[in-house]
Amino acid sequence: MAATALSLRARRAELLASNLANADTPSYKAKDIDFDAVLKREQQGASSTSLAVTNPAHIGGKSPDGVAATDLKYRIPNQPSLDGNTVDPHLEKAAFAENAIQYQTTLTLLDQRIRGLMTALRGE
Amino acid sequence: MSLNQIFDVAGSALSAESVRLNTVASNLANAETVSSRPDTAYRAREPVFASMLAQQTAGQAPESVGVRVLGVVESNAAPRMKYQPDNPLADQNGNVYLSNVNTMEQLADLISASRSYETNVEVMSTSKQLYLKTLALGS
Repeated sequence: MAATALSLRARRAELLASNLANADTPSYKAKDIDFDAVLKREQQGASSTSLAVTNPAHIGGKSPDGVAATDLKYRIPNQPSLDGNTVDPHLEKAAFAENAIQYQTTLTLLDQRIRGLMTALRGE
Repeated sequence: MSLNQIFDVAGSALSAESVRLNTVASNLANAETVSSRPDTAYRAREPVFASMLAQQTAGQAPESVGVRVLGVVESNAAPRMKYQPDNPLADQNGNVYLSNVNTMEQLADLISASRSYETNVEVMSTSKQLYLKTLALGS
């Protein structure tokens, strides 16, 4: 679970970085993912864009890191600019910082699990 | 690892913002430039930003959208006319034509561009920390 969450957090960081990078681009629309929903779906092993499989040899059409294009949601702007840009830099910065902290939290969890395994392996 | 792409995205924004800072510097430097004809007077330059939609096709994640500078456009505002018969560049009526740069506008643009630049540097350094911590996992 921690690995899936870590990968999703990395994808969300990328998404928020794109929003911040395009803070001055005319008619750019800020996007985000519903983290909880995507994580829940990933844990259940389903995919929003999986292909119908009628034979075990068929390859399901699943995007590698779990975030499909259909998961991207446009942010509802509080005060859009006149040029059609909907990025609110403060909101995006806050979301980016929050996401970075949660990434580190997940990383710590994963790290402790690895340390636990190492302790068990060494048997000290 | 998609943290990798943050460097590309933030890097593209840094380059675009520095083009913007460059045009502001050029506009402010030429704010008082005079010319003898209205059509040769300096015109304020402004970059046009666009998202990098073209690069999304081949294998790249749909969520990483960089920014690029489409081009630099010149302002259509009329140049300022000033009566200055002593100036060697004055026309037969004694007028010289100053640039159409609005200094206030340029200063506001400068602050906006430098804030955006700072934001992207911050994004880059946070990503770098996350990346390094991920590399140190289990050590």
